[in-house]
Amino acid sequence: MHIIHNLNNLYQHRNLIYTLVQRELKARYRGSMLGFFWTFLNPFLLMVIYSLVFSVFLRYSDPAIQPYAVYLFSGLLPWLWFSSATIESTASLLEGGNLVKKVIFPTEILPIVKVLSNLVNFLLSLLMLIPFNIYYLYISKTANTLYKPFSLSLVYLPVVVLVHLAFIMGLALLLSSLNVHFRDIFQLIANLLTFWFFLTPIIYPKETLLNGSAMMRWQYRLNPLAHITAAYQHIFFYGRTPDLAALAKVFAGSFVLILAGYWVFDRLRDSFSEVV
Amino acid sequence: MSHKYAIKIDHVSKAFRRWDRARKFLTLKSALLRGELLHSLRDKKDAFYALRDVSFTMQRGTTVGIIGRNGSGKSTLLKLIAGITKPTSGRIIKNGKVSALLELGAGFHPEISGRENIFINGIMLGLSRRELRNKYEEIIAFSELGDFIDAPVKTYSSGMYMRLAFSVAVNVDPDILLIDEVLAVGDKAFTDKCMDKIYDFKKRNKTIVFVSHGLGTVEKLCDQVIWLDKGAMAGKGDPIQVVESYLMKMAEDEDKRLQDQEHKQQCNDAEQDSLYEETCQHTGRRYQVEVLSQPTAANPYPRKRWGSQEVTIDRVSLLNKAGQKKSIFRTGEDITIRMDYQAKDTIRSPVFGIALFRNDNIQIYGTNTFIDRFDIPAISGKGTVDIAIRQLNLLPGVYFLDVAAHTEEGFPYDYHFRLYSFKVYSHLEDVGIYRLDHRWRKGHQADEKTNHRPV
Repeated sequence: MHIIHNLNNLYQHRNLIYTLVQRELKARYRGSMLGFFWTFLNPFLLMVIYSLVFSVFLRYSDPAIQPYAVYLFSGLLPWLWFSSATIESTASLLEGGNLVKKVIFPTEILPIVKVLSNLVNFLLSLLMLIPFNIYYLYISKTANTLYKPFSLSLVYLPVVVLVHLAFIMGLALLLSSLNVHFRDIFQLIANLLTFWFFLTPIIYPKETLLNGSAMMRWQYRLNPLAHITAAYQHIFFYGRTPDLAALAKVFAGSFVLILAGYWVFDRLRDSFSEVV
Repeated sequence: MSHKYAIKIDHVSKAFRRWDRARKFLTLKSALLRGELLHSLRDKKDAFYALRDVSFTMQRGTTVGIIGRNGSGKSTLLKLIAGITKPTSGRIIKNGKVSALLELGAGFHPEISGRENIFINGIMLGLSRRELRNKYEEIIAFSELGDFIDAPVKTYSSGMYMRLAFSVAVNVDPDILLIDEVLAVGDKAFTDKCMDKIYDFKKRNKTIVFVSHGLGTVEKLCDQVIWLDKGAMAGKGDPIQVVESYLMKMAEDEDKRLQDQEHKQQCNDAEQDSLYEETCQHTGRRYQVEVLSQPTAANPYPRKRWGSQEVTIDRVSLLNKAGQKKSIFRTGEDITIRMDYQAKDTIRSPVFGIALFRNDNIQIYGTNTFIDRFDIPAISGKGTVDIAIRQLNLLPGVYFLDVAAHTEEGFPYDYHFRLYSFKVYSHLEDVGIYRLDHRWRKGHQADEKTNHRPV
């Protein structure tokens, strides 16, 4: 079978994937003074901005999502993985044009590397939750009884990450190959992602959508990232078991997306070296 | 592996689409729905053929060179063999692991050190981690980068960049190695080191496919040569023969171009004619001088013609062995200079002469019928005088030719000063003005005295 052959070929190139992910991570902050520390500093600064805007300027304080910093982080860090992986992988084939044209290797490696390097970055940035949780739990002793950061539900993390990964991977394969022919996609994607970000309950609790209009409820149901984000929040903030049924549906959808993305990628594969 | 051949190219054509916006959607649709990305190109209107019906079989362990001018499809063929692009029609069968050196330093990241880039680049070229670790020190030593190996690649000079890239590249160990024009980097010493590595490959019975403009290298290195012209196979086989016919074709094309150029030049010059009179130093007779061109950067000596016109040289032709008119010759070719003259009355004892100059005005040779004691008692009307030169061993360059008809005392009937030029090419790389007829021979070494064998 064609796809089995391709998967095997990909497996043969695992060393290349590994090395390229390593290169990506090494090169990202090389030359900057703070270096690898930016992995933590970037989401931290973003968190500070959102906290300032929502808690201080807009005086938005839902007691159910206090401490807000931890709540925000629980959804924001996975989102940052999703958005940067999507943007970078969309551009990956054009960016790696020289490799596509001059080196023998399966080109799907380029978007895959972008997804995986951002995954590593994401997993590392999760470490930031530890000092924040320690502070809110033991030093400032937050009153919110729903807030249970260190719980057994953390064992579900790999499952959630896997579902999330499947979704991102499918999208990455689809967008990267289409972007070779329609470069408008890359221009559009950043704006779409901003819109998507606000549709997803990251800076506000999902109840805001569920208690809202019928359209908002439908939007929540159909948004795969809403379910994935909710799962992360369950694990990191509420200490509850994520909605496994919803995750299973998202995974099934993501699996179809991967197949579709791979199919499109494979059909367009031969054109890459000529068009990039 | 029981296959005799390493690569079989079977009626391969490659068409590229001239992309235009309107058709893009149609193409994408058919590509997705019917997988027709390549086949829909049969619609010839918007297809450009980079390769047409090329067939070739490369035996295991041979080194094959691909030559041809720019845009002839050499690199496309290499990419097809590598599998980076797919043929529009025909097929390519490969037996063995393929590595392609189409670009040096593919995958180098400017921000990270040379040491780290060795790993990435090596793996991209198909080396395993273990192989890389084993060869690590060797690669670093080969690159001659010294302490710079730990500096980010962006700080490298282009020479250092290329050296590092090549050091990794020569350590790949495939069954089939594809090389595209990458040998032309670095100083002489480094290039020699790289050539050694390539010879080493040859010795280990690897198959090498090699695209190059360095015809000397191709002749030395390759067992077989493919010559591509506008995407079609124009010749294949023995390197010396194929390179020879390629050079001849190139020269012919160049010849045509030069003739066109000369024609234009003459049209331009016609506007700049000027006439004046001069007196002959030997006889005191006066004659007219016609200046045909002003000095230019390409030709710093004005083209002139002077003389009494009692005899005129109406046409000068440079002929090859077969009697064809040419303005480009290969070093060592036989050449005949033919002068078509016309004498108004009967002229007794005319002298015809020639002089050859290099483009920096160094006279290479000059002679005439008087010096050579070639007696022409009298001429009248039209006729020709030939001077046949056996083996014109001039080295590549542009040369100028003067011709003249004059009296035995030197009074000019018709002198053509720098009016003719021709070009010489060669595929050898010897240097100087003139190739001396020579042979090399190796004598016995002093310490071999005791067991010397007759050669």
